[in-house]
Amino acid sequence: MSTWTPEQPIVAIADVHKSFGKVDVLKGVSMDVRKGEVVCIIGPSGSGKSTLLRCVNALVPIDRGSIRVEGQEVHDPAVDKLELRKKVGMVFQQYNLFPHKTALENIMMAPVMVLKRPKAEVEAQARQLMRKVRLDGKEDAYPGELSGGQQQRVAIARSLAMQPDVMLFDEVTAALDPETVKEVLVTIRELAEDGMTCMIVTHEMGFAREIGDEIYFTDRGVIVEHGPPATFFTEARDPRTRAFLSQIL
Amino acid sequence: MSGRVFAMLRPVAAPVSAEGGFRAALFTPTALVFACIAFASLVVAGEAWAQLRAAGPKPGLLETLWKWTPLLLIGPPREFGGFALNIAVSFLAMAIGTAFGVVLGLGQISIHAPVRRVCWLVTQFFRNSPWLVLLFFVMLLIPFQIRIGGTAIPLPAWLKATFGLSLPVMANVSEIVRGAVNSIPSGQWESAESLAFGRLQTLWRIILPQCVKRMIPPWMNWYAILTMSTPLISIVGVNDAMTLAQDALAAEQRSELLMPMYAMLLLFFFVYCYPIARWTIRLERRYAVKI
Repeated sequence: MSTWTPEQPIVAIADVHKSFGKVDVLKGVSMDVRKGEVVCIIGPSGSGKSTLLRCVNALVPIDRGSIRVEGQEVHDPAVDKLELRKKVGMVFQQYNLFPHKTALENIMMAPVMVLKRPKAEVEAQARQLMRKVRLDGKEDAYPGELSGGQQQRVAIARSLAMQPDVMLFDEVTAALDPETVKEVLVTIRELAEDGMTCMIVTHEMGFAREIGDEIYFTDRGVIVEHGPPATFFTEARDPRTRAFLSQIL
Repeated sequence: MSGRVFAMLRPVAAPVSAEGGFRAALFTPTALVFACIAFASLVVAGEAWAQLRAAGPKPGLLETLWKWTPLLLIGPPREFGGFALNIAVSFLAMAIGTAFGVVLGLGQISIHAPVRRVCWLVTQFFRNSPWLVLLFFVMLLIPFQIRIGGTAIPLPAWLKATFGLSLPVMANVSEIVRGAVNSIPSGQWESAESLAFGRLQTLWRIILPQCVKRMIPPWMNWYAILTMSTPLISIVGVNDAMTLAQDALAAEQRSELLMPMYAMLLLFFFVYCYPIARWTIRLERRYAVKI
């Protein structure tokens, strides 16, 4: 399958089109993400950011174009989507923890049931991940007993337990109280500093500026412009980008 | 779904006070109902007393009812029948209906459109059919015995009737399962899939375990409805409590016995079903809060 080498983009998105019924959500989107890179995608609501992320791990099928993860075409019908998803972790706006399982069980479920790894080994790793997201002591708490920020950090740990090569973050702080946003952002920043490849859809401009290696601005299904944060935020060329940034900043 | 609506309509009370409220609620209607029963018993007793004084030799109403009570409860000697048969039929019909209903309900959410449509049609058909007509239909449909190899296995009328009653239960359980699965937020499916769970694995490990709690109250509700419908089987010639009550009345030939006899039968069902109804409401409240 793979002639892919780590020098090539780990996620290669080329001319992706997607429509829901008559609504064209993605109209020819292309972007490359290198290994270890942190890409932040910003843009107004409904511009197709979340859909793009969902296409990368095949939660949403695409109509046209190509998405390759580690050289493998995601939307090739012959591709084992479950194999792909083992390499691509995703964290959602609404956390989506499994409410009938404790925090620790949430983290352990997929490695034990999907990857069939030994339970004792997974548990040790899960406890370590709980420490990593600074939630040690909350192992036996149910999601309903945790705050939004804590739940979101468990969700991040749950994705990390699958040892993915790429992490997708879909507006992970949008549903949080302002005071808990920071704890989640700190967790993601540490992850990025560890060298994890991240694709982050966010409305937190300050965070994107601080953490992103490359900022993409999307509007109405297309990428309007992109660049490293140092130049993107100060020297935006397109009037749409400037209008958006002036509203936000 | 209904549980959630319920939770939204009601102001959320602290668990302790909800429990206290439950006790208070249980106390008032229960006390009322039992007061009615006590009053009715007094009337019956008074009437019996009058009978005793007027007719002399004829035994009193209460005495007569008491005489027939064992028959109505457990059937004729060395035969299984009476109210115990109603309960047995309700258990068995519920078990059969639940087993097939779960399969049918899961079929309704299948990703294969033909499976989905067939299961939907079967569910709708049996959900919207009169129970009595179904019962007659099944009695005629199933032979009185089946042959497997050389041995003939008899199918007694009560068993056939049980199967007939299990059909509407099956259809309603199917709807309970479908409704419960659909009430789980789609984010649960998404996050399970993004963790590389397959569809079946997601269903069994993540979705259905969350459904069980939501399904129990409506399931119990249908059990109570089924139990109260079991006297229907008396029409197809089964020795249930209803049939035996009519037999007893025929043997006594006393018109003043008609109402007390049926009242006693109602009391049997009430005593059995009312606690189930209260328990259902209690569980509904408990599970409605936690989502």
